Amino acid sequence: MSELSFDDVSVHYGSRRDRLTAVDHASLTVASGKTVGLVGESGSGKSTLARAAVGLAPIAGGRVLLDGIDLSRRGHRDRPVRMVFQDPYSSLDPRMTIGSSIIEAMPRDERRLRSRYDEVARLLDLVNLAPDRATMLPGQLSGGQRQRVALARALAGRPAAIIADEMTSALDVSVQGAVLNLIRDVQRRLNLTMLFISHDLAVVRYVSDVIAVMYLGQLVEIGPVDSVLTDPQHPYTRELLEAASPRSASSVLPLPLVVTGDDADPHRPPTGCRYHPRCPIGPRAHDDRDLCVSADPADAAANGAHQAACHFAAVRLAGASG
Amino acid sequence: MPRTPVGAVALVLVLAVLALAVVGPAVWTDDASAVDTDAILQGPSAAHIFGTDQLGRDIAYRVLVAARLSVVLAILSTVISVVVGLLLGAAPSVLPRRAGRLVSAVTNIAVAFPALLLALFFAVIFGAGMRGAVLAVALAGAPSFARLTQTLTAGVAGSDYVAAARIAGVGRMRMLVRHILPNIAEPLVVTATIGAGSTLLAFAGLSFLGIGVQAPDYDWGRLLGEGLNRIYLNPAAALGPGIAVVIAGLAFNLFGEAVAAAVGVRTPAARPGAPPVTPPATASDVGSERDGALLVVENLRVAFPGPAGWTQPVRGVSFRMEAGETVGLVGESGSGKSLTALAVSRLIERPGHVTSNRLDFAGTSLLETSERRLRSLLGTSVAFVFQDPMSSLNPTIRIGRQLAEVAEAHQGLSRRAAAARAVDRLRAVRIPSPLRRARQYPHEFSGGMRQRAMIGMGLMGQPRLVIADEPTTALDVTVQGEILRLLAEVRDTENAAILLISHDLGVISRLCDRVLVMYAGRIVEDLPTSGLEFGCVHPYTRALLDAVPDLGTDRGKPLAVIPGRPPEPDQLPAGCAFAARCSHASDRCRTDDPVLADLGEAHRVACWNPVAAVPHQETIR
Repeated sequence: MSELSFDDVSVHYGSRRDRLTAVDHASLTVASGKTVGLVGESGSGKSTLARAAVGLAPIAGGRVLLDGIDLSRRGHRDRPVRMVFQDPYSSLDPRMTIGSSIIEAMPRDERRLRSRYDEVARLLDLVNLAPDRATMLPGQLSGGQRQRVALARALAGRPAAIIADEMTSALDVSVQGAVLNLIRDVQRRLNLTMLFISHDLAVVRYVSDVIAVMYLGQLVEIGPVDSVLTDPQHPYTRELLEAASPRSASSVLPLPLVVTGDDADPHRPPTGCRYHPRCPIGPRAHDDRDLCVSADPADAAANGAHQAACHFAAVRLAGASG
Repeated sequence: MPRTPVGAVALVLVLAVLALAVVGPAVWTDDASAVDTDAILQGPSAAHIFGTDQLGRDIAYRVLVAARLSVVLAILSTVISVVVGLLLGAAPSVLPRRAGRLVSAVTNIAVAFPALLLALFFAVIFGAGMRGAVLAVALAGAPSFARLTQTLTAGVAGSDYVAAARIAGVGRMRMLVRHILPNIAEPLVVTATIGAGSTLLAFAGLSFLGIGVQAPDYDWGRLLGEGLNRIYLNPAAALGPGIAVVIAGLAFNLFGEAVAAAVGVRTPAARPGAPPVTPPATASDVGSERDGALLVVENLRVAFPGPAGWTQPVRGVSFRMEAGETVGLVGESGSGKSLTALAVSRLIERPGHVTSNRLDFAGTSLLETSERRLRSLLGTSVAFVFQDPMSSLNPTIRIGRQLAEVAEAHQGLSRRAAAARAVDRLRAVRIPSPLRRARQYPHEFSGGMRQRAMIGMGLMGQPRLVIADEPTTALDVTVQGEILRLLAEVRDTENAAILLISHDLGVISRLCDRVLVMYAGRIVEDLPTSGLEFGCVHPYTRALLDAVPDLGTDRGKPLAVIPGRPPEPDQLPAGCAFAARCSHASDRCRTDDPVLADLGEAHRVACWNPVAAVPHQETIR
């Protein structure tokens, strides 16, 4: 397995006049054999970041590196990063058998070997599906089973890293658990390097070693799971945590400190810290915090195990750890 | 395929036309070319039913013989047209981007010209004659086919499986052949079949004008042209080939339509006879005598016709709701929770069939009252909030107007008063600057704002019951809390009852007093939310609670899972529907269906072997 890293990656969509910055100078490293969980709301750019890594989104700035080598410099034949998609109903060709879908994803020289069918059986077995499923069409499988096939297909390419984009959010709760167990088990057994994307903090916590939080195209907090969850530094992470608090805690609804007016418009992101219009510890709550409106806190985050892009993070972690 | 009478007729016609094309010339060529100088230009008679031409040849035989050339030329041009169209249509997805754009631009311009005009244009360029006409008609039909291919290809190219293949390094040609063409083949075949009919007509047109088939060959168009010269002397000479063209054209068109219908609708519209008879009420009585309840549902069943007879996705649901009460309805997809809510608000459309022993809302029986009275009752006192507010708001009408229409329709307010109330209601659901927002369109609202506007629409009347079907599922976690809080506020200010449908026990326990757990069309447990975590006794409820990770889940252990999957509504087992997946199932569970029985303390459960409630101390520790 290899180390996957995003180095100052930006992705733009649209024309020059009406430009949408989906990912804005994002830097993130997934260490070899580790899982990084990426959380954020819809539209925060987490899926775009993933698509940039596999060549489905245009990279406007920065680089995606695999073991320090720029992915765009590698040959086209060699696809070392594979992806599992959210919707199990649209990610498999409805007219192709499970087996053919998996074979198609194999490395080019393996596709022609006679042993390819054994390999399909091995992969299906790995994701807890009976090998005789290989002759079935996706329509004959349930959502959870399709997601297993999608994982088997991603593994068929002998990837150096895997990206799972909301792979359980289209599944029913009783099926979600089994798929989560599987991905965690496979990740550990094969020592996979994995970027696991989800909007559900509890799900991300369950499978990840490191958590990265994204807001409006920017990474606002990165750190080890326990550290981020027990001691969140960015007010946005805290908001996410409160919203995901265990159901047994109380049935009383927490009163949000600030009623969010408009959601931030990614076409015209707020100045300074992008979170400042919603931030409960920012200029809306403290008159003297004009800094948040004027200065982007991205630079405030220095290297260290736990980073937060906030001018007023409770503790300056950068100083503590680095 | 011929499931409908039209389909059967089309099939017979097409087979007849094709058979004629095959055997016609072999059988009647001699008769058709027999020159009879004694019978030149005769009218219809017993010997020549359509008369004869200027060489005394029988026109009826000539029409029969011309079938082959007409049909073959039509099919030939259609095939060429399809192939050229496919090449042009698929080119943009194979060629480099710039070349692809050029091709699609040319196609789009060509589509703008009427096909017949193009055919004439090409016919003139290629020169009169059979080959020129075939090419002309084929090229004239190609642009529309190319455009269709382009559109279909674009749809498939955006799907995740194509993205997955790209990630796997599949090349463009291979992508086209393996993934795109197989998935767009169906509509293309249908269009091609219908197109054959029009090609036949176009070809007859060219021959009629004298730029198609040339003597001594003849097709229907040329026969028609010859006959028309003498139409006042012998109308039958033009009528004969005319009828042939009409029948053949109709045959291809109808056949294409029939293929489209057969391909498009996968589940045949079965007519399984009368709806199922509702069995008598089960033992779970909701206390029909304790009246004053806002909503009383007793033995509610919803049935839909399927390919193999009626299926019942909702099988005997009974519950009651008081004013101001918040009840959660939880279950997986397919458990019947949304259908239950739709049935309660009389929104199940035909062919769906709703029966119940009692379905009373605010003292009015919803099954017996007339549709018109119901409409005003439900319109003003029941509010529905759907999962996806983008699809339940009309994208072309301003938000304020959409809200106002509700008040105009149900409360008879004037346009101005309704507009004012709409702004007031938007303010009530905490939409900032409501006056400005009321003039905006739904797409200018964020997801959370749209959901607020939906709730505001429900508040245009005096809602006594708010049915919210997965209202927060499409929203971000940070916005979910606000919507739930707003619902709670509506409950408190209007004293409305809320029926909250969700797959997420977390969402339900944050808002609701009581939770109904549904599985395979039944309520399997009904208990106060406060007792959910520790007091639930149905193995399914327990398993649901354990299967969802929360921020306190032990990361060292695998998550608890529920093996298997829910039964399909048409394949229900004899006993408890959950028995096959249940770790507590006994033999009785597989043979006897448990009914919802009272456990006391407002707790009902349908289970033969309920699990013990978790002792409080042990879990908290």
